[in-house]
Amino acid sequence: MPTVHSPHQSLTYSLIASGLQKSYGDTHALDGFDLRVAAGSIHGLLGPNGAGKSTAVSALCTLIDVDDGSATVAGLDIRSSGKQVRERIGLVGQAAALDDILGGRQNLVMFGRLFGLRSSAARARADELLHQFGLTDAAERPVSTYSGGMRRRLDIAASLIRTPAVLFLDEPTTGLDPRGRNEVWRAVRQIAESGTTVLLTTQHLDEADQLADRISVMNHGRVIAEGTPKQLKRRLGGGRIEVMLEDGTRLTEAARLLGEALGTTAVVDDYSRTVTLEVPPGGTGLMSVVRVLDGAALTADDIALRRPTLDEVFLALTDMPPAASVADSSPDSADRTAESADNKETP
Amino acid sequence: MTTTQDVEPELRRSNALRESWIITQRDLLHWVRQPAGPIFNLLFSIMLLLMFGFLFGGAIEVPGGGDYISFLLPGMLTLAMLFGLESTMLAMTTDAAKGITNRFRSMPISSSAIVLGRSGADMASSVLGLAVLFGGGLLIGWQISGEVGAVVLAVFLLLWLRFALLWVGIFLGLRFRGAGATAAIQVLVWPVGFLSNLFVAPETMPGWLGAVAEWNPISATATAARELFGNPTGSMGGILADNAVLMAALWPLVITLVFLPLSARAYRKLRA
Repeated sequence: MPTVHSPHQSLTYSLIASGLQKSYGDTHALDGFDLRVAAGSIHGLLGPNGAGKSTAVSALCTLIDVDDGSATVAGLDIRSSGKQVRERIGLVGQAAALDDILGGRQNLVMFGRLFGLRSSAARARADELLHQFGLTDAAERPVSTYSGGMRRRLDIAASLIRTPAVLFLDEPTTGLDPRGRNEVWRAVRQIAESGTTVLLTTQHLDEADQLADRISVMNHGRVIAEGTPKQLKRRLGGGRIEVMLEDGTRLTEAARLLGEALGTTAVVDDYSRTVTLEVPPGGTGLMSVVRVLDGAALTADDIALRRPTLDEVFLALTDMPPAASVADSSPDSADRTAESADNKETP
Repeated sequence: MTTTQDVEPELRRSNALRESWIITQRDLLHWVRQPAGPIFNLLFSIMLLLMFGFLFGGAIEVPGGGDYISFLLPGMLTLAMLFGLESTMLAMTTDAAKGITNRFRSMPISSSAIVLGRSGADMASSVLGLAVLFGGGLLIGWQISGEVGAVVLAVFLLLWLRFALLWVGIFLGLRFRGAGATAAIQVLVWPVGFLSNLFVAPETMPGWLGAVAEWNPISATATAARELFGNPTGSMGGILADNAVLMAALWPLVITLVFLPLSARAYRKLRA
């Protein structure tokens, strides 16, 4: 792995991309894409549909040729050392790339042998991975009978047969229910603990927040912001606390008390009996709210902390809407859309 | 969590033939784990055989005389080779849609292995299909009077046609990936199969139609197989009939020479 000396620090990067360009006709899927991922870290690539996340992953995995720019993966040039790159990476694409008819173990043994393991070694490795991902009991069942989360875990297991230096996860939780999503998150953390560098694409801020050491926000084929989740959230502002009061006549009083306590302006909506407060990130806003309400003998029907949504991230970073709608068919993002609609401030 | 990062077992060097065989084995395992599909396909070809042999066969006269069942069998064997095209295309499109093709492509394996593995599996499936039709044919009175060498050559020519059509299927599967394209091919193989001499001698058709049927590449294989098995050819002669074996060797060669490079190109274009 190359050591890159910058004026300030020396860091080992598993992944360096600079100025990657890729066009399909008039569409610039990658338009000056730059990325640096420190070895052993989890890096989130956050962006809406059509931002170019998958194209970036395909290019770094040597599945597609780039028009211009350069990149190294595990210190190897993607253009001149494609095969060596493929020896050091694992790819978990958007579709669970598994054979449905075969069992979980058969899938892993097949991929293991293709990775160059002898049959006996491939079987041993398959059993090990099945155990690691909690799939031993389902090992013989055809993959078509697996739940979404199980398929994803097997998919990830298949990409770990040779313990890759860099693992690419392209929207690994899309289409999973919350339980499946948690299973995948746990697996990703385990992988990073073992020293593999992870590049994860996602449309969901909270997913990047949960998993990533650093996040690159992507739009229109390039990275528009980069930082730790904390840094990004600081740029975005923390979020909002919404307090729905039982007694609609005391809204103004509550707004004044809460605004003073949190040092922010409170917005009142009479119709929904709600006071909305902008809060800084990582603060103790909720605690203060509870304390104030308690002290003033105000009863709340509901108190909610609203995190910034991806839409808001993009508005904050670009002052323009994302390249395409972030809404997809998963119930999760439908909730999110509803949530951001709810968030619209009422004058 | 258990990791085996430090235990990197001894690895074999990338070897296209070994990798192709592993990918072929995957399809063979499909037969074992889910035999319903292949069995249905085999039953379908037996059903067609019985339908033509007995339902229509009685009304069909072979020009130049001869038993219709013995005329029909080489045609049915050829049809099975043609239908194989669909399964090749379907397998290619399914793997592409599921991301399996991309997973293979992201692995350090020879790119030809992905296609050769498909070929191996499809050829194996075609050998099985031929064997079942052979058995079915013999049971309903198919007479083989050709010499052993000729019979072996006939089987070889049938598989040679299948090999050529493999590349058509791979090309179509790489190039047209939607489910609609596969459905279109499943419909289109029928006119290609029927506009031939597989079931009825072209002599009995209107002149222009007979010419189309005679020049249909798969007709060459059927005629050659009829000659080599010692079955009635239903043909009154002519340049194609007189050089049937040569034509059955040439047509698939032409198809392969056209579609193998096209497949390779379509495969490279996945990187575009």
